[in-house]
Amino acid sequence: MAKRETNTATPEPKRNEEPSELLRELVAHLRQNRTQLREEWVARISETRLLTAMTKDEIFAEATSVYDSYVEALETETFEALQAYARNLSERIIPRGVETHEVVGIVLLLRDVLARSLFAKYQNDFKKLNRILDAYEPAANRIANTVAVGFVQERERVIRQQQEAIRELSTPVLQVRERLLILPIIGVIDPQRARQLTEQLLRGIRTNRAKVVVIDITGVAAMDATVANHLVQTVEASRLLGANVIVTGLSPEIAQTLVTIGIDLGKMNTVGDLQGGIEQAERLLGYKVMSLSEAEPS
Amino acid sequence: MEVPILKQGNVLIATFQAALSDADLSQLRSGLVQQVVRFRSRGVIVDVTAMDVMDSFASRTLREIAHMIRLRGAETVIVGIQPEVAFAMVQLGLTLEGVATALDLEEGLAYLNQKFKKMK
Repeated sequence: MAKRETNTATPEPKRNEEPSELLRELVAHLRQNRTQLREEWVARISETRLLTAMTKDEIFAEATSVYDSYVEALETETFEALQAYARNLSERIIPRGVETHEVVGIVLLLRDVLARSLFAKYQNDFKKLNRILDAYEPAANRIANTVAVGFVQERERVIRQQQEAIRELSTPVLQVRERLLILPIIGVIDPQRARQLTEQLLRGIRTNRAKVVVIDITGVAAMDATVANHLVQTVEASRLLGANVIVTGLSPEIAQTLVTIGIDLGKMNTVGDLQGGIEQAERLLGYKVMSLSEAEPS
Repeated sequence: MEVPILKQGNVLIATFQAALSDADLSQLRSGLVQQVVRFRSRGVIVDVTAMDVMDSFASRTLREIAHMIRLRGAETVIVGIQPEVAFAMVQLGLTLEGVATALDLEEGLAYLNQKFKKMK
């Protein structure tokens, strides 16, 4: 992130009028008109119906801190503080359902509001206005960029975290009987999840000393060649640990796909549904399930 | 390092140590094939619990042991393959086809005893 900023900063040509001088003048102007510009900005935000998830007071408070960090970033030309603030802000507002377009929208609005005020101030001195804008625009764009990227990164981090949580929840290895494990798989299997499933299953076989495993894929809608191959490998790896694997609940679609793409399922023991799978597993383990009246005919 | 071959009833047990050279493996193979008839053993258990890497030579040797022992009239079972090793082997295509496997020594003995019972 920081690297990319320095990269974009270097190609900026040095102008003959010191841009830092102009920026200083600009910052002074923004400080002077802080209250008025801030109010204008907040008015524009509610006008365009951005940040509807937040109350007016909250918007005003956030707007104040954003405004100050914005001016500070312009003044010091360092973006770390702003970046940190953007990340912090994102952390607070993402759970409340604020969207990317809103965050980008408000920063662009602020850019526009400030540009308008510059137009108003320097409208009599066109050359000066040009130079001021030359100094202002790249800095403002970089600020907008920083805030937007910060927001998106934070969002992605949250999404990754949630994916991780879902993944951990979604792969239970259950023991239903002595030496019999069930692995119900629900939802989409991507290669990463497939690997995790395999690891958990093999570890489960070892810790529970399982002899038979029923993998139920009733809840899997589709399967591609990679995942199917992975499933076959899992079955073979389980066999190396001395466990029999029964796969149940192959949907008609998956059965068709697997045959069409030519996956060799000869080594796999498949049964139509979970109940049938458990019954077969019990047979393999030497259990016989019967009703009480059958067991003791009186 | 030579692999010791233990005799337990009518079963021979060979336990692998962590690092075995190809020569050790070949020696184990010929040792087992010779002794299985000398001791009139009906089963052989190869315990690979200590191996955290299984290369193609090792897994080919295991398969050869199993097939040779069968020709000598006994059953072989490989026990103690670690979960990570199992998955790595499968990914390399080393699936030990046609070779019986079990979780650990106890399971291996139980498997062989069941086999012997059936043969009676």
